Amino acid sequence: MFTLVTERENPTFEKIISPIIDVPPSPALITVKSPIINPSPSPAQLTPAVANSMVVSARTYADFTPQATFDIKKCDLHKLEEGPPLQAVLTREEGLQYYRTMQTIRRMELKADQLYKQKIIRGFCHLYDGQEACAVGIETGINLSDHLITAYRAHGYTLTRGGTVREIMAELTGRRGGIAKGKGGSMHMYTKHFYGGNGIVGAQVPLGAGVALACKYLGNNEICVCLYGDGAANQGQIFETYNMASLWKLPCIFICENNKYGMGTSVERAAASTDYYKRGDFIPGLRLDGMDVLCVREATKFAAEHCRSGKGPILMELQTYRYHGHSMSDPGVSYRTREEIQEVRSKSDPISMLKDRMLSNNMASVEELKEIDVEVRKEIEDAAQFATTDPEPPLDDLCNHIFYNDPPMEVRGTNPWTKLKSVS
Amino acid sequence: MAATRLFLRASPVKCSLTGLTGGVHSSLGLTLLKLSPACTAKPQAQRRHAAHFTYHPEPAPSQYGPTQKMNLFQSVTSALDNTLAGDPTAVIFGEDVAFGGVFRCTVGLRDKYGKDRVFNTPLCEQGIVGFGIGAAAAGATAIAEIQFADYIYPAFDQIVNEAAKYRYRSGNMFDCGKLTIRSPWGCVGHGSIYHSQCPEAFFTHCPGIKIVVPRGPVQAKGLLLSCIADQNPCIFFEPKILYRAAVEQVPTEAYQIPLSQAEVLQEGSDLTLVAWGTQVHVLKEVAAMAQEKLGVSCELIDLRTILPWDTETVCKSVVKTGRLLISHEAPVTGGFAAEISSTVQTYESTWIFKFPPQPHKKVTARESKYLSLYFALF
Repeated sequence: MFTLVTERENPTFEKIISPIIDVPPSPALITVKSPIINPSPSPAQLTPAVANSMVVSARTYADFTPQATFDIKKCDLHKLEEGPPLQAVLTREEGLQYYRTMQTIRRMELKADQLYKQKIIRGFCHLYDGQEACAVGIETGINLSDHLITAYRAHGYTLTRGGTVREIMAELTGRRGGIAKGKGGSMHMYTKHFYGGNGIVGAQVPLGAGVALACKYLGNNEICVCLYGDGAANQGQIFETYNMASLWKLPCIFICENNKYGMGTSVERAAASTDYYKRGDFIPGLRLDGMDVLCVREATKFAAEHCRSGKGPILMELQTYRYHGHSMSDPGVSYRTREEIQEVRSKSDPISMLKDRMLSNNMASVEELKEIDVEVRKEIEDAAQFATTDPEPPLDDLCNHIFYNDPPMEVRGTNPWTKLKSVS
Repeated sequence: MAATRLFLRASPVKCSLTGLTGGVHSSLGLTLLKLSPACTAKPQAQRRHAAHFTYHPEPAPSQYGPTQKMNLFQSVTSALDNTLAGDPTAVIFGEDVAFGGVFRCTVGLRDKYGKDRVFNTPLCEQGIVGFGIGAAAAGATAIAEIQFADYIYPAFDQIVNEAAKYRYRSGNMFDCGKLTIRSPWGCVGHGSIYHSQCPEAFFTHCPGIKIVVPRGPVQAKGLLLSCIADQNPCIFFEPKILYRAAVEQVPTEAYQIPLSQAEVLQEGSDLTLVAWGTQVHVLKEVAAMAQEKLGVSCELIDLRTILPWDTETVCKSVVKTGRLLISHEAPVTGGFAAEISSTVQTYESTWIFKFPPQPHKKVTARESKYLSLYFALF
């Protein structure tokens, strides 16, 4: 299986893997864990070494087109003179990587659905299937060293930001191999430079602005991508954040993932203005098709460039759709019709769109994509197996990490005679 | 049932009445309070302790007219139905209330009374409460719903700074007494940190509002109607675990249960147990076990109104029994049990005890974040 070699930094997920996990990742997983999303260098930037390796691989798949240019939809602009380019270049490798990652997210979410129904995952579970192009597109537009924060529909981002499927699923089932050691659950997953996973709607946006301030202060040319949904767009703190970010020209990309429904309320019934990209008022905005991974990628690159050049914040509205209900306790059909869901699935599914593009331009074969599907399925199965069999965190962990304290602290239990130890 | 299970596991303790006069760590106290699973020698990490209890419906009240079998959320719907029918200025609003609410407390009301009386708000708690204060100040009976008590914090400023102090700062010229805020409250087993909180203690630090927590459907309807009728802004917390679990015969007509009156559910002579909401049912079982296993007679009090609370009933009871145990789901430090405890200790008559003074014991949620798996241990 071809592995993309780039000159970028090693993925940081390796540092996040909990030392508690005894089982070393299998070689198969390592292959998959290799830079999931990294913009491949454009032909002009290729060093001879890399170019040669690409040539070597091209020889194996000599029939395929190495890259193609696609037209993408024009973005609606607010307070911007010009927007992202109308064409996107997709190389074969990129296409396969995007396909693999989106398929991984899709399969992972469907597996989580299954495990939830079997009561192996409990609590709250908000699934991301349908919106994969957003997570993958955004990640390709930024660097792994940039920062990202989102709300509770976070499984996809945890993956693109360096988490592994095993860790994510183990976190969903609340086991010690989970990415937050089993203490966070579905809504609270974190990796380096990914600040979660936040349960309270809208509360993550001011946090994101704070992260952006740190980036500007430290002068490291990093930006912060701050995501929220159409429901959260009506929260007061979002507007407070717009003001602060704009006033201080923070390198913050605000992204509204508009999936048309805030839990069960459609956007028309919740918002006086459904032009979420204009809601920033004095902040320039773009509205684009969030189901097209190339569109999202180009727009994110454009926005990142805007921020890095010191022009201040920018707002993006991704028009996307979720197939599942708001959470696992929501069937998702009481406020929208099954026909609507079916229509989006058949006409705008992000994975199908990418697949069609690649097949029709002879960038991949049906068998190859099927092979990726099989590998992804296997990975998810292994992860689910791990997530089901891994032990729960030990009871000693219960009170850890409440405060930061150097000698362990004593914490009172449910009555004055039980003292539990809190280590941090 | 966690309580029963753990109680039996504890070594049997001989407890005669004279034994109760023991010192601080009375055997009764130790036995009763060894309910926490953390007390067991070896943590059983893999077993799921389900801290559930059995809900025992109370006998149907006869003085309020014909009754109908309802669970907690249906009794809330009934109360709201009565209100909308009887008061033309009443409006209900909140997130997703139009289709019936995430806990089905407002099912059918929009169809019955129209979309200008039962309507959805966008996702903005601060806005919801602020808007409610304004509507109430202008004369509408405003019933706002905050979808989960965990989300009430953006509205904290509005409640504490605006609603609570309106009457006072305007010299009684304005008030928002017609405001009632309803919110699902308390542990439910799978809620984790943001769907299980009990924030009543934060609000008790604020004069000017009333806080009420019912223990069952009959109580809920009567107390909610009292809150709506009360001329002060009220916060009504509904224990979400009881929404479906608690089923009783509830009067269909409107009736009120007075606020600031605690209810003695069971008379006893040895120990006063105080709780509110779900915990009342846990303590009911505790009282039964204490009677059976230790021969201890417990007096169980449901506080009902947390602010302003019925100091008389609780203090009189402690004067009688000499011992007090308060149990609540919220964390220990700064929880409302601390307030009750200190008030009882300063109440003059409690200085004269039948038995030597006992320190008050508080059994509360752990001082830790909610761990989703071990949630049920609370």
